[in-house]
Amino acid sequence: MQRLRVRYAKRGRLRFTSHRDISRAVERAVRRAGIPVAYSAGFSPHPKISYAGAAPTGVASEAEYLEIGVTEPCEPGRIRDDLDGSLPPGLDVLDVVEATVGGLADRLEASEWDVRLPGADWELAETAVAKFLAAEAVEVERLTKKGPRRFDAREAVLRLEVPEGTDRTAAQVPGQSCVILRMVVRHVIPAVRPDDVLTGLRLVADFAPPVPPEVTRLAQGPLDASTGALADPLDLDRDITRGGEAGSAGEHVDG
Amino acid sequence: MTVESIFPRLEALLPKVQKPIQYVGGELNSTVKDWDSADVRWALMYPDAYEVGLPNQGVAILYEILNELPATLAERTYAVWPDLEALMRAEGIPQFTVDAHRPVRAFDVLGLSFSTELGYTNMLNALDLAGIPLLAVDRGDDDPIVLAGGHAAFNPEPIADFLDAAVLGDGEQIAIAISEVIREWKGEGSPGGRDELLMRLAESGGVYVPKFYDVDYHPDGRIKRVAPNRSDVPWRVHKHTVMDLDEWPYPKKPLVPLAETVHERFSVEIFRGCTRGCRFCQAGMITRPVRERSITTIGAMVENGIKESGFNEVGLLSLSSADHSEIGEVAKGLADRYEGTNTSLSLPSTRVDAFNIDLANEFSRNGRRSGLTFAPEGGSERMRRVINKMVTEEDLIRTVTTAYSQGWRQVKLYFMCGLPTETDEDVLGIADLAKKVIKAGREITGSRDIRCTVSIGGFVPKPHTPFQWASQADHETVDRRLKALRDSLRGDKNYGRAIGFRYHDGKPSIVEGLLSRGDRRVGAVIRAVWEGGGRFDGWSEHFSYERWMAAAEKSGIDVDWYTVREREENEVLPWDHLDAGLDREWLWQDWQEAVSGTEVEDCRWTPCYDCGVCPTMGTDIQIGPTGKKLLPLTVV
Repeated sequence: MQRLRVRYAKRGRLRFTSHRDISRAVERAVRRAGIPVAYSAGFSPHPKISYAGAAPTGVASEAEYLEIGVTEPCEPGRIRDDLDGSLPPGLDVLDVVEATVGGLADRLEASEWDVRLPGADWELAETAVAKFLAAEAVEVERLTKKGPRRFDAREAVLRLEVPEGTDRTAAQVPGQSCVILRMVVRHVIPAVRPDDVLTGLRLVADFAPPVPPEVTRLAQGPLDASTGALADPLDLDRDITRGGEAGSAGEHVDG
Repeated sequence: MTVESIFPRLEALLPKVQKPIQYVGGELNSTVKDWDSADVRWALMYPDAYEVGLPNQGVAILYEILNELPATLAERTYAVWPDLEALMRAEGIPQFTVDAHRPVRAFDVLGLSFSTELGYTNMLNALDLAGIPLLAVDRGDDDPIVLAGGHAAFNPEPIADFLDAAVLGDGEQIAIAISEVIREWKGEGSPGGRDELLMRLAESGGVYVPKFYDVDYHPDGRIKRVAPNRSDVPWRVHKHTVMDLDEWPYPKKPLVPLAETVHERFSVEIFRGCTRGCRFCQAGMITRPVRERSITTIGAMVENGIKESGFNEVGLLSLSSADHSEIGEVAKGLADRYEGTNTSLSLPSTRVDAFNIDLANEFSRNGRRSGLTFAPEGGSERMRRVINKMVTEEDLIRTVTTAYSQGWRQVKLYFMCGLPTETDEDVLGIADLAKKVIKAGREITGSRDIRCTVSIGGFVPKPHTPFQWASQADHETVDRRLKALRDSLRGDKNYGRAIGFRYHDGKPSIVEGLLSRGDRRVGAVIRAVWEGGGRFDGWSEHFSYERWMAAAEKSGIDVDWYTVREREENEVLPWDHLDAGLDREWLWQDWQEAVSGTEVEDCRWTPCYDCGVCPTMGTDIQIGPTGKKLLPLTVV
């Protein structure tokens, strides 16, 4: 069975879709597009579509991943166009490759996030970030389905910075300047999310943005431990499919 | 004048509310038109939560039809949950449409579809959030025409003070006609303001404008008469009937939500109307005559709907779908066509006969075979004669035996409690029936692995039915009978565990009864409930019986007078000036026959019994068979 790996974006107002909303929308889009999706056997067959590391409800993303099993060989470029055309605008298919070796989820080692804080103070943000990075550990608490849970939000943060320029405008409060935080966070258990980092900033420096942040995942993928950079997790599949050598992408991927 | 989207302000609130996706729109096949491209603009509201309102066929059909008109636009709005309502009030954000997030007050018409009376408080909340005065008489030329439709609009009197207008019956043609009247009037420069527009609508006899009618009362509280207070306004307002469903094959572009909703499927109405004559059933009485959609149109609609939506389930809707004259061909044709595609077909089937099981077998050919639902409605033969539900105990046992023998493991039986003339024994008869069902199932399958679920609804007498004169059972009586029934089921060592029991207490039915048969004086109660925080009355976690009773007392309304009181033949009923086509004398005669347990046959197969609808409305029964077959299609 051929498997296709899909990178898609969740943009604008569709960032309010939940993981379940997206999975229903994808199933329907696959049917509308006439993609020969494989079904599981058994009493109530369901389409073979699996998701890796979905962004939380309310968080936009440029780098979400799913995998579709199909019953007959499909050309990835055609699937990208057909699936994109069948999904509502805002759920946009960016890239499709044929799966080769290894599991996709294993390659998603870390995420890069863009966090916009309309109306926040740039200097306070700088100070808070410095304090956070200087700390050995920053213990935060989050309410999970199993009740409140305490964990360290510091260690997983590989990079955290406040880029210059506060003139960017967040979609939610037109005209108002906002502070942007950029961060690279390693995928750990329990997951450290951007809002956990914000909680950490509040704890170490009493830094509290006035309105809810607008969060976007920019990338996720294999981590280059020396530079802290993220590679495209689909490169390996692309390289192998092209018949070329595994190349540089192979270096930072392990099974 | 261009109207600005409130979305930027709303967006900042969405991270703070539950299920924000329900407020953002962007559904597949939704339509956003340029504001200035339209002369007539409709906001369509289903006055319940998005997850209930979005799948509603009535709203979906009108949305599509109105948006197909060149100079008309239609958007949708739903009731917002209390978490968002609180934030909207704090931030001054008005009731908005989900399509382009325009404020509802900017539209020409706010059209509300009421499937149930329990949406009335949600209407008041939406009006208030929109900044539209609650009372029609307080509205100005800048306010939309507040227009009600749907089954509850056949007695809109309890909300008459809040409505500018109401329409009865099928909405397709009248919505277009109303659009045209508004377009002309606006084109002339809106002469005479709002009242002239309402007069133009009322004169036709097809739109009810409550404020053009006065209600006089007897000293004892009964209605003396309802009469127009202007010349040119007709004494009675008539319902609308679409006579060729094949000409109206909607929805063509089904709305596909991102949020989870109560029905996740593509639905096709395979016919409208029902003449089975069940006396409790308002839908069957007010949608006559039966008008079938042809097998070929059904086939084409299903094909198109699946393609346009990507849904994997098709529902064939109607009031009694197995009664379509070619349902066997439809079922087989669709099952053949979609074999192996993981597309399931469903039929809301309620008829108790073996033919139904053949259909269910066909529909579940390549899917799961879990449960079948039948609705005997009454627990004893006598009770079923009273309500004209012509099912014998032998029919039921034979049918369920067939179902169990063909591999169905679970049967759901639907009944009502609180029916006219009902006794404790009638309700206890439900337990006997359920036990016999399990006994028969065990005998035929030789297995104890079969189940039966008994589901009970509270009966509410409805306008335009033979039971419109009946006394509604008080909630104490209903609760006592349900408790006795539960004890009888649970206490049975042999069968108790194989029988599930689902019911609600009797109190919500009393409120529904007050609203169903209420008159204009009940409006004060609805308003007081809303002012006291009443919203989402169809949801048990939001509904408060105490709040309704307190509001009634405060408004000087005797709830028993409206609910448990039996009416006399000559009493003027609040909806007598609204014409569903049913002959009042026939309804009374059918009520008398109910009490004596006399049954009436279906006029599709036996001679006309003069219910009055066809001659009054100029309509006819339209049924097949056409003799045509469904062609297999190339399906991906």
